Parts: sequence; C-alpha cells; structure tokens
Amino acid sequence: MIRFLDIQKTYDNGTKALKRVSMRIDDGEFVFLVGPSGSGKSTIIKLITGEEQASAGRIMVNGYNLNDIRPNQVPYMRRTLGVIFQDFRLIDKKTVQDNLTFAMRAVGASPREIRKRIPYVLDLVGLNGKEDRYPGQLSGGEQQRVAIARALVNNPHMIIADEPTGNLDPDRSLEIMSLLEKINELGTTMLVVTHEKELVNMFTKRVIAIEDGRIISDETGGYYQNEEII
Amino acid sequence: MKRSYNFTYHIAEGFRSIFTHGLMSFAAVFMIVSCLLIMGSFSLVAVNLESQLGKLERDNQFLAFVDESYTREQAQALEGKLKGVENVSTVTFISKETAKADFAAKHAEDNHAGLYADLPDETFRDRYSVHMEDISRLEETVAAVAAVEGIAGYQAAPEISEGLVLVRNVATAVAVILSVLLLIISLSIIYNTIRLGTFTRRDEVAIMKMVGATNGFVRAPFIVEGMILGLTGGLVAFFAQWGIYELIGRAIHTDRAVELITLIPFQSIAWPLLGVFSGAGLLVGTIGSVMALHKFLQV
Repeated sequence: MIRFLDIQKTYDNGTKALKRVSMRIDDGEFVFLVGPSGSGKSTIIKLITGEEQASAGRIMVNGYNLNDIRPNQVPYMRRTLGVIFQDFRLIDKKTVQDNLTFAMRAVGASPREIRKRIPYVLDLVGLNGKEDRYPGQLSGGEQQRVAIARALVNNPHMIIADEPTGNLDPDRSLEIMSLLEKINELGTTMLVVTHEKELVNMFTKRVIAIEDGRIISDETGGYYQNEEII
Repeated sequence: MKRSYNFTYHIAEGFRSIFTHGLMSFAAVFMIVSCLLIMGSFSLVAVNLESQLGKLERDNQFLAFVDESYTREQAQALEGKLKGVENVSTVTFISKETAKADFAAKHAEDNHAGLYADLPDETFRDRYSVHMEDISRLEETVAAVAAVEGIAGYQAAPEISEGLVLVRNVATAVAVILSVLLLIISLSIIYNTIRLGTFTRRDEVAIMKMVGATNGFVRAPFIVEGMILGLTGGLVAFFAQWGIYELIGRAIHTDRAVELITLIPFQSIAWPLLGVFSGAGLLVGTIGSVMALHKFLQV
C-alpha cells in the first residue's frame, strides 16, 4: 500500500515538482498515473523508490514510513517493489536466465530458490525456452517481458512501471499491458506511468492524472480524458 | 547458509571484475609488487646490516693499554673502573706475557716469524679487551675509557662500525621514504582500478540497488577485488624478493671482494617477510577500494 499525505517536493535548483499531493493506492489495485512531461510523475516514482526524499508531507510504502526510514532499511523497502523502465535496463552481456539470476542473487537468494523461481516467472511472462538468449537476440516486446520477469522474480508487493510501452509498437504495447493486468490479477499491486491514451482507455482502471505537480483527477474506472495532458 | 552463498558469489564477482579490466588490474598488481620489492630490498639491506652490526657488537672490542708505570696489581685493579664506564659490557685483562704469546702465535706462519721470537715481554703492555653494548657509541666509549686514570692509550677502529651504522641508517631511511611514496602510488592505482570497476559496472550496480541489494552486498565484490589485487601483489613480490635475495647471495659468495659479508639465510626471514608482504598488499588493496567506493559508490 502507498500513502502520500500533503507531499511537497522542491529540488535544490528551486523547481517545485510536487505541490501538496495526497493519494492512496491499496494492495491489489491497478493504477495508471498519467500526465505531461514535467508534471511530477517521475518525482512520484523517485519518492516511492526512496531515490528522493519529500520536502514536506508523509509517505508510507508497503509498511515503511519513508520520512524516518533508516538508510540501511531502504534496500529492504525496495524489495517490496519491482520497477520496470521504458528502456528495459537489461544487462546485455547476460542471458535472460542470468539477468534474472542476477536480480535474485542481489537480494541473497540461494541457488535452490533461484532454480525454483525463475522457470515459474519466465512461464508467467511467456518467455519459456528463451532462457539462454541474450537481450540483443530478443524483440523489444520480449526484452520488456524480461524486464517484467526481473521485476517479479523477487516476489514484490507492488510493481511500478515507468512508461513500459514507450519503446514498443501498439500490438506489443497491448500485450505488455495485458501481461501487467494478468500479474495484477494474481495479486501484485500495479502502478503504471504512461502517456498512451488509447491504451489507458482500453483498460478501465483507476487513473490518477497529474499536472504541474498537482493531482487534477483521480477516478476509479475512469478514462484518460484530458486531451491537453497527452 | 545464505552468507556462504554470498561469500562465494562475492569472491567469484571479485575475480570476474579483475579479468574484466585486465590491464588496470595488471598495473595495480605490478605497482604493488614494485612497491613491496623496493621496500623489501631496502628493509632486507637494513636487516642484514643490523645482523652484521650485532655480530660486530658481539665480536667487537677495543684495546685499552695500561700505563707502563703501573704494577700488575695496580693494572688489574683498573678492571672495576673500566666496567663502570657507560656502554661497557665486559672487560678482560690481558697481561703483557699473554699479549706477546698471542702476537707470536698470530705471526707464527709469517716468513719473518723469527724476528718476533726474541722480543722481551716489556715490548708489550698490560691491556684490557673492552666489549661494548652498543657499537654505534664506540667513539664516546673509547674516549671515556681513555679518560680513566691508568689507561695510557687505546687501539680501536671506529670507521668500520660507523660505516655500517651509517649505511644501515641510510637504508632504513630510504626504505621508509620509498615505502611511503610507493604505498601512496599503489593506493592510487588500486583506487583508480576500483573506480573504473564501479564505472564499467554502473548498470549492474543500478539494478542491484533497484532490486534492493544492501550496501554491503553492492560494495563487497569491489572490496574483494581490491583485496585479491593486493594479496596477489604481496605474494608475487614475496617470491620475486626470494629470487633476488638468493641471486645476490650467490653473487656475494662468488665475489672475493665482498665474500666477507654474510647474508642472513632467506629461510630464517621467509615467514615474517611473507606475513608483511601479504599483510601490506591486503591492506593497500582494502584501503584503496574502500576509499574509491566511499567516493564513487554512494548506495
């Protein structure tokens, strides 16, 4: 669960990225976060992942109070999150299997746990039989599936997808979004940041729209209606 | 159990990283080897000179001649006064008769041995063989002994001990100065190697941080890398030092000009040297990598 209460974020250069933002995302929800460039979407993600700290207000992420979290607790908070990026951020020199193994090793998983978990996750994202491929040998959609598998492999409570379809064609985008919906149905909370109006409108989910550091709409089952923020 | 997985993982990652940027790793090991070899060589020179000085201190004596007007009893009575002189460890009285016998025996095989055969005892003087605790204070000890009433003269060769002391001090000073300089250079090379490592692995580090790796987990492979480089440098330097030492030992044995110099057997200093070299290598590797991580890997 994520709770933002009167969050303000002002960067060192004086930019006010967020102005008194309050929101709540409950466990199991699927939420689209939409808004134009510079509206504050990335700042929200950075605040959730602990890369940045709020200037004012209170943030709770999966039971961690980020206002007074100790630095050595931040990694454990991050283990409750899986993050997916537009540019996939896979390690090119590692195979699909090794990319996932790497993510599991980083949190101290045993070889037995790794052997058990990876086939399940690869099956979930539809990449069975491609364990030994390198990212360069995969299509964009497949690479994003690997990134999703990596985000899932440590069994997080929530997945944050930052423009996950930004580098994909419409068909692949739909596939990826459907996959995220399927993962959400299995119980993982999903926060998807996107610009894709048509895609958002295809999935009748909760949509939080943000503009100029403020939430301008928050509707469950709503649509991405404001043309100007595309 | 989890810790043992992590331990083997960090070791494997440390080795992998070394081979990933082989040239910098080679440079780091080379610098550590050079540093330790230079430090070790000068230190071994100092250790050997210290050993030589120890021998000289044990063997070294100077002669203090008793005033000819003194009777035997008076001469022997000086022993207590001489023992009281600072830095004097033992004194041995040598009568003029014994001195003559020793002299004759020493020159018995000379072609002119006959010349000394009929020397009267009075040609020699009663004397004391004076041993010291610290050879570096030879000059002041001789002066103090010469000042004792009843001592008419002395025979000493301070040049040898002074020369050895000087060379030892210079070798020690050079060893210390060069060690400090080269340690700084080695630290700098390790620092840059690890910095390069953090740069080439920045994507992996970012992913590790993103999925929730602890700071220790992210940093450990880099520290292991520094430690492996340092330890490798220390071990290579040890064996190189061993080879150089043996070569010098052989050269000394075959050169008549310097054959009087006796080197301490390497085996007798091998373990302490191995400890110092590997310890110094490990320390440089660890400090260098920790410094680099402190600056370039804020996790």
